[in-house]
Amino acid sequence: MLKVQDINVYYGAIHAIKDISFDVNDGEIVTLIGANGAGKSTTLQTISGLLRSTTGSIEFMGKSLAGVPPFQVVAHGLAHVPEGRRVFLQMTVEENLEMGAFTRPASEVADSLADVYKRFPRLEERRRQIAGTLSGGEQQMLAMGRALMSKPRLLMLDEPSMGLAPILVEQIFDIIKELNHAGVTILLVEQNAQMALSVAHRGYVLETGKIVATGTGAELLNDEAVKKAYLGG
Amino acid sequence: MNIMNLLFNLINGISLGSVYAIIALGYTMVYGIAKMLNFAHGDVIMVGAYICFFTMSRLSSLFEPGSLAAMAVPSLAGVVLAMIVCTVLGVVIERLAYKPLRQAPSLAVLITAIGVSYFLQNSALLLWGSEPRIFTSVVGSGSIQLFDGQLTITYTSIVTMLTCVVIMVVLTLFTSGTKMGKAMRACSEDKGAAMLMGIDVNRTISMTFAIGSALAAIAGALLCSTYPTLMPTTGSLPGIRAFTAAVFGGIGSIPGAMLGGILLGLIETFTKSYITTNLYDAVVFGVLIVVLLVKPTGLLGKQIREKV
Repeated sequence: MLKVQDINVYYGAIHAIKDISFDVNDGEIVTLIGANGAGKSTTLQTISGLLRSTTGSIEFMGKSLAGVPPFQVVAHGLAHVPEGRRVFLQMTVEENLEMGAFTRPASEVADSLADVYKRFPRLEERRRQIAGTLSGGEQQMLAMGRALMSKPRLLMLDEPSMGLAPILVEQIFDIIKELNHAGVTILLVEQNAQMALSVAHRGYVLETGKIVATGTGAELLNDEAVKKAYLGG
Repeated sequence: MNIMNLLFNLINGISLGSVYAIIALGYTMVYGIAKMLNFAHGDVIMVGAYICFFTMSRLSSLFEPGSLAAMAVPSLAGVVLAMIVCTVLGVVIERLAYKPLRQAPSLAVLITAIGVSYFLQNSALLLWGSEPRIFTSVVGSGSIQLFDGQLTITYTSIVTMLTCVVIMVVLTLFTSGTKMGKAMRACSEDKGAAMLMGIDVNRTISMTFAIGSALAAIAGALLCSTYPTLMPTTGSLPGIRAFTAAVFGGIGSIPGAMLGGILLGLIETFTKSYITTNLYDAVVFGVLIVVLLVKPTGLLGKQIREKV
């Protein structure tokens, strides 16, 4: 479904992504794990078109995303929940969700809104509230709900567990599994490698801009090197 | 100070403040989205006023003097044409001068905006000369008398205040009720996230400049209807005062621009009438300094709280 081949990304003189290739198949949960600064978020931003690769190719459902401006990527069926959630803090919950459906015809918005509210009843309770007044967990739900409003085939999640209490982290990961069961393919970037690998079908380990290991979630969870570096022994 | 005098000044102050408010809306909307101070905004007002002036003087000879058509058609055509020209001008300025600087430091953008301001003033000087033109009010020179003639309110004042209210209502409905308006608010908060939603940020910025510049044309026509001397520098001082109004009310906030504009108009009018005609700018800017010392975000400026 998503095929990333030999991409290289620079921030000025810094070579942030070095020849990364990976793919995500229809129906999978794939995770990119690695330490802070390994290039995980950079990879997602490059797929969304917010950053540009100098080489290689990114193909989504058979179509090249080269040169597609970021605001058109979402219409291809690829939604990105950015790091730090980035909900519109001064807009209401419902307005945030409406923005998620920006590329879709007005007639379909009500149905999607009902779907998202069914999945996240908390958001419906708070639909008229300003997003800035939500708790961190609620904001993460809003960010995910907002992305789902575009009816994505592939959902890219950047650090959904960041800054959340353990109980909320579990909840978020349950939601990720549910979404996947409902047919949404997921590309998950996480620092919480334990959690991410336990839900993922496959994973890639990034280190300073390079992929250093790959395997199924279970394989990586039991890999000695991965255990040592990312799973606390 | 008698009560009629007070009322008279109050109405004049609100009317002048309405013009400042309409100009301030342009500053504040562009700031909200492009995060830049468009110092050429005042000069777009001047261009609008010239377009309106020439259209009106060209057309007024075509109608029988005193007929309804002679009163309405040239004014309406003048304002509409001015709005069209200013909209195009605003979009072109953004595209040519500001868009290439999207990633540049804000000082570079600020200096460019000042450059565009001088460019417009000097172009006007070349095209239309330096001698002042006497603008005829777009709503005619009539007035109504109240309290046995003790209080005079010009039609210009009434139309100015009404226009301001209509613009405020329409803009509020637009930003809170339409998809494009909400997209504008989303862009003003977080352009990256807005892009991920599928919003074309460049188009949204262009649209903001278009709306701001169309409002500048209306402000130009109304300003010169009250103060009829039209010169290439006509827009610059009202532009700076309206910028002050936008900061006063809280830059980036639409109701703030409105409130700041009206307060500024009142302060200016009352200072001129009751204190001194020479020092009103000093009083206006003095009030601004005090407000910013006490509340740095302006009267209605939003403090953004972030939760992590």
